[in-house]
Amino acid sequence: MNGVHDMGGMQDMGPTHDEQNEPVFHEPWEGRVFALRRAIGAWRKWNIDATRYAIELVPPADYLRMSYYERQFAAFLEMLVQHNFVTREELENSVPASGLPKATPALSVEKANILITKGVPTKRDVRVDPRFGVGQRVRARNVHPVGHTRLPRYARGKTGVIDRDHGVFVFPDTNAHFLGEKPQHVYSVRFAARELWGEQGAPQDSVYIDMWDDYLEPA
Amino acid sequence: MTTTRRDFLATVAATAGGAMAPDLNHAQQHDHEHQAVPSDLTLRVKALESLLVEKGLVDRSALDALVDAYEHKIGPRNGARVVARAWADTAYKKRLLADADAAIAELGYGGMQGEHMVVVENTPKVHNLVVCTLCSCYPWPVLGLPPVWYKSAPYRSRVVIDPRGVLREFGTQLSDDVEIRVWDSTAEIRYLVLPERPAGTDNLNEEQLAALVTRDAMVGVAKTMFVQKGSSA
Repeated sequence: MNGVHDMGGMQDMGPTHDEQNEPVFHEPWEGRVFALRRAIGAWRKWNIDATRYAIELVPPADYLRMSYYERQFAAFLEMLVQHNFVTREELENSVPASGLPKATPALSVEKANILITKGVPTKRDVRVDPRFGVGQRVRARNVHPVGHTRLPRYARGKTGVIDRDHGVFVFPDTNAHFLGEKPQHVYSVRFAARELWGEQGAPQDSVYIDMWDDYLEPA
Repeated sequence: MTTTRRDFLATVAATAGGAMAPDLNHAQQHDHEHQAVPSDLTLRVKALESLLVEKGLVDRSALDALVDAYEHKIGPRNGARVVARAWADTAYKKRLLADADAAIAELGYGGMQGEHMVVVENTPKVHNLVVCTLCSCYPWPVLGLPPVWYKSAPYRSRVVIDPRGVLREFGTQLSDDVEIRVWDSTAEIRYLVLPERPAGTDNLNEEQLAALVTRDAMVGVAKTMFVQKGSSA
């Protein structure tokens, strides 16, 4: 989706502000949102790509106005309802509907520690032939998917060179929509700054963008 | 299969506790609507947590463990130890650049949002910096959770088109002949910058070296500095 989240190359967003001695969470509720998302994620009803897509669906004016954790909270509420963890009535009343058996939490302290130290790998140990090789010239496809994609707009139609092959990974464009993992090679593709930005780019500078096989065509 | 924006708005509107729904109490108090303030969110998130705990969907102690880990245990000191080891031990540095996951695991780090790591090395002629233009991807096991500026529109939008301008805002001036490589974390690979070891640090041990390494240097928006004790700088 050509959304406002796809920010690379936009201008006039203001200066960066580096806060000194910044806390990890500015308010306790931010930490709770952070943790709640992981604790519900452990039910494995969704995946990281689906959570990113839910945030991309925050309407653009709100996306820009809201803080990072406000966006996460808004998207999380939507996903909780969509995946039947809670009903809208329960959210409105803040009490569980009567008569339902109480579940057993998917994420215990023990499992939380495993999640923190092991993570959720998205590399897949399956044999998939790479469509491109290191050093090969490629073009990022000029496509505009209406769903989730990790192909940034600023790279579409641009030509680069495969810098390295990271191996086989889950494909977000299908995974976000529960249409399968479609594992395929991910490459780091080097795009010259001049290719992306014309004369405004310094001749020796470049941007390296990680791209799945399906995002690329031979150049 | 796919949520549309229309669905999204419908749910948010139907959800009195939703972050974007107008807060009636607030509106009554102030006679106008305005954006959510932290106290509203504190109440809303608390209400949601209680609901999910009562339904047996989440375990409060697991939430506490997650918050505690990222507030107190996992942060840029981890990455600084990796960098210091690489500076002090050439063989380790070689392993780190060739297979970052294994080399970082040697120091006991790894895990969520750092499952697949790549380390890129700064030299006098090459300066690397890391961004996620699409969201907020960041190597948690070595740097902790990202600062607000890393997740914000100004950095995400500009660093790919105007890296030198962004670096200047962080007080980092590069000479015109330095090659800048910006790494946009669009996939599940997480990048850590191995900064240049500052001059005059030959006699420092690993712990002293680690103390010089900042988060900003490992994202690539700053250089690592060393001011000799007793110098007039």
